[in-house]
Amino acid sequence: MIEGIFTLTILGLSLGLFLGLAARYLKVGADPIVEDISAMLPGSNCGQCGFAGCGQAAEAVANGSATLDLCPPGGKSLIESLAKRLGVDWDFSNTTASVPTVAYVQEATCIGCARCFKACPTDAIVGAPKQIHAVINSACNGCRLCVDVCPTECLQMVEVQTTLENWRWHKPQPAMQQTPLAQAA
Amino acid sequence: MIIPPSSPHIAGPNSVQTVMLLVLLALLPGTMLGIYQFGWPALFLFLITTSSAVLFEAASLKIAGKPVAPYCMDFSALLTGWLLAMTLPPWSPWWIGVLGSFCAIVIGKQVFGGIGQNLFNPAMLARTILLVSYPLQMTTWISPHPFGSPQSPDAAAGWSITTGGIPDLDAVSSASVLGHVRTDLGMGKLLPDILGPIYHPLASAVGTVSGSLGETSAFLFLLGGLFLLAKKIITWHIPLAMLVTVALLATVFSLSNPDHYAGPLYHLLNGGLMLGAFFIATDPVSSPVSAAGKLVFGAGCGVLLFIIRNWGGYPEGMAFAVLLMNAATPLIDHYIKPRIYGHQGTRIGEFFRRQRRGA
Amino acid sequence: MAGYPIRGGVHPDERKLTREITIMRVPTPRRLYLPLKQHIGAPAKPCRVPGEIIHKGALLARSQGNVSAHIHAPCSGHVEDIVHWPAPHPSGLPTKVMVVVNDGKEICEDVSVPVNPFYLRPEVIAERVGLSGIVGLGGATFPAAVKLTLGQSHKTPILIINGCECEPYLTCDDRLMQERTHDVLDGVRILSQALAGPETIIAIEANKPDAIRLMEEAASHYGNIRVMAVPTRYPMGSEKQLIEFVTGRQVPVGKLSADIGVMLHNIATAYAVNRAVREGKPLTSRIVTVSGGAVQRPGNYEVPVGMLISDLLEFCGLKEEPARLIMGGPMMGQAIPHARIPVTKGCNGVLAMSAAEVARRVEHPCIRCASCVDACPIGLSPLTMSAFLKNDKLDAAVDIGLRDCILCGSCSFACPSGIPLAHYFNYGKGELISRAQQQQKDDEIKRLIQDRQVRMERLEKEREEAMARRKAEIAARKAAQAEKEKAAEGGADKAAEAEKAVA
Repeated sequence: MIEGIFTLTILGLSLGLFLGLAARYLKVGADPIVEDISAMLPGSNCGQCGFAGCGQAAEAVANGSATLDLCPPGGKSLIESLAKRLGVDWDFSNTTASVPTVAYVQEATCIGCARCFKACPTDAIVGAPKQIHAVINSACNGCRLCVDVCPTECLQMVEVQTTLENWRWHKPQPAMQQTPLAQAA
Repeated sequence: MIIPPSSPHIAGPNSVQTVMLLVLLALLPGTMLGIYQFGWPALFLFLITTSSAVLFEAASLKIAGKPVAPYCMDFSALLTGWLLAMTLPPWSPWWIGVLGSFCAIVIGKQVFGGIGQNLFNPAMLARTILLVSYPLQMTTWISPHPFGSPQSPDAAAGWSITTGGIPDLDAVSSASVLGHVRTDLGMGKLLPDILGPIYHPLASAVGTVSGSLGETSAFLFLLGGLFLLAKKIITWHIPLAMLVTVALLATVFSLSNPDHYAGPLYHLLNGGLMLGAFFIATDPVSSPVSAAGKLVFGAGCGVLLFIIRNWGGYPEGMAFAVLLMNAATPLIDHYIKPRIYGHQGTRIGEFFRRQRRGA
Repeated sequence: MAGYPIRGGVHPDERKLTREITIMRVPTPRRLYLPLKQHIGAPAKPCRVPGEIIHKGALLARSQGNVSAHIHAPCSGHVEDIVHWPAPHPSGLPTKVMVVVNDGKEICEDVSVPVNPFYLRPEVIAERVGLSGIVGLGGATFPAAVKLTLGQSHKTPILIINGCECEPYLTCDDRLMQERTHDVLDGVRILSQALAGPETIIAIEANKPDAIRLMEEAASHYGNIRVMAVPTRYPMGSEKQLIEFVTGRQVPVGKLSADIGVMLHNIATAYAVNRAVREGKPLTSRIVTVSGGAVQRPGNYEVPVGMLISDLLEFCGLKEEPARLIMGGPMMGQAIPHARIPVTKGCNGVLAMSAAEVARRVEHPCIRCASCVDACPIGLSPLTMSAFLKNDKLDAAVDIGLRDCILCGSCSFACPSGIPLAHYFNYGKGELISRAQQQQKDDEIKRLIQDRQVRMERLEKEREEAMARRKAEIAARKAAQAEKEKAAEGGADKAAEAEKAVA
């Protein structure tokens, strides 16, 4: 009996030592996937994805509870980078391309309260209190935080105009469309 | 505003329809001779196979919800059925033809996604399925009974053969040259003794030998193949690689052991090599896209064909060789790509280019 | 035809309907619409105001930055306005245009011309070319002066003059070489001089025997200039392919032709250089081939830059409503949505095509026939690339060479299934640019957000410091107040004590 106690004690101690050493030297660092995704997201915490902020959205994407097209300001390029990082395929034929929008101040109804000024995460709105405000298009990423706080609703989202500089060829449409018979099936 | 179409605004003369029609035209002389050689039953089998191929195609398209008329009018199903009919024994029963068409069109083509999506050559896939499932019917070869000769059955008798079976098989059956040679070699006879009575090069070239419709006139199929080359429907890489490989291997082996291995002319003229090299292996969907890849494909087909003919279980290995190389096509396409302008190519490619430039 | 064969290419129907028609000068219309960007690089900046009177050849807009070109007046009259007008582009989107009203008097600007252009130093030639607003007239519209300066900074022992004109229908370069041979050759000599006398080869496609003969005769007097007939194959006139044919070398990826010692200029550019350097006339007009089944009087016309295509077609007459209007050749030219678009410096052809001439094929699935692989002059695999783009795999398409595609259209031409391959690659390249722009914008947005956060934190810290300081001040003042009171109290006590002591 004494041998049994002795053997098991030795076994327990050695295994415990091994586990302790393994915990110290064979430690696997936390997967930086959440940080990577967080870096890809815009970071403006606009809430259009339904999560409180970009950090929470990153966690949701990492553990799979959110789809890749959750972020409207990110656009198509965000979906592509997320798909690449997570190693999944994304079928763009089901995603309707969200047209990029920017905020626009209707100068007639702007009262210069400066609430949008404080709300904008990228400092895209210029203006001083009691002066008319305006949006710098190149700094606006369409997060809509300003639209939510404007008391006179003079801020609206408008589509980015297509000019000669940003016009692109569209994707050719596939020929020989399927008949409704197959689509219903 | 409607955006006008992208450049280019003019197009070449070829369409899928013209490509298929030209291939059918090239096949016509050899087919006509084959049907002439084997009489009414062959004609009926041919018609049944080709029409069932088109019907299966139309049915599959309907079920898949694709528009039937444009796809059927591009004659690709007709061509598949035609090539399949060329490889069947000429007096086979009608259901072999129909089953073969089903396997070729539905399993070999439509299930993969329709035209342009199949991995394997549909006609060869069907032939292999039939050969493995019905070995007796698929190896029942007939000696030639040309139209108008006394033993040739008339229309009614021909129809009954196609629908009912051959009444007196022993009287009309005759192994193909390849089959005969394999059996006798297996029995221990020496090659020159075997070939003497049965092998006449001119007959093989012109087509008065037994075998399937496609194994008759090597000469006419060669002509058809050259016609396709001239019209630029196919390129020279696959046929040349295949024929040269077979000829080379045959020369080497027959020189080393003339009693067991036949020479290059024998291999080139007998069996379905001419048909295979110009019409079957060159099927665009299942063969590589780059020129160097095509050479590898053709050479591989030639090597496999030679191996199967001499040491494999079957006397004729065209179908197996093509199917095996079809399976290798994606691999060939992945590793062998043309060199892009301005980029550094492979070392082998650079070597050949320097020779050509004479730098 | 001793040259190094090029890969691929196609042989479309030549359709040179206007081969025998002499160049005719088109009368300048009442209004000219001059886009401020008719070249690669930054748009030119107007240096005239509306209402200003101008003479023919006067500078209207100045080049901006390192890669840009001047714009000169093709007529005398006055500047009407600077407006937005549909650009020569399939989208028809507006671009800034200077509208000039023609007074019909053709009063020219005074110019100073050199006694002998062949006495000029290379830098001076480049400067004069730049002052004349000359751009590559083959359609690429790269500013010629910038190209010459580039050629001067590298060693370029070979100068190739591109007289190929490989596109169907176009005959403007052919007629230019036949009718104005000596001017063209002088232009070639001036370009050669600007590059310190390299070996000069004038490449002309074999389907122009008269042009070859005349140019050979003219060039025979000069030792370092020779004419080379090249095979008639599209796209032989493409810069990369022509260099490979003439020299046997390929331009390495990511590098310029100057890096392998070769300079290439279009033959019409050489003609314009002659007019500019010898006669002092800036680039204000060009030869345009007007052709196509719908045109009444097809021909080669000398057209002032800025003339509306609708005016030009009115002059040439239209037999029927064209099925498609193209600026340039049918293989690489852009289709335009309507005719109220101006002719620019790079427009070498206006094609009004009838329905029978235009490709209208029902698209069939790909049969992997590899006709496109055989046709591609660059050695790409169009069928694989377009399949990737169809399935939104942009990175895979880039891996097998999307960036190397020159958009020549040979693949679409050769495809028997009628698949719009070149359209896929136009789309793919557009997606690459969009992606890069979006990436840039994303980085910028992130930077703005971070900067704002830093600023907010700094403001917060300052506010806390200010509050802490104020608290300290208040506390100090309170303490001082207390001290004073205590002192006052203490003094009052002392006074009271002193009073008591006295009393």
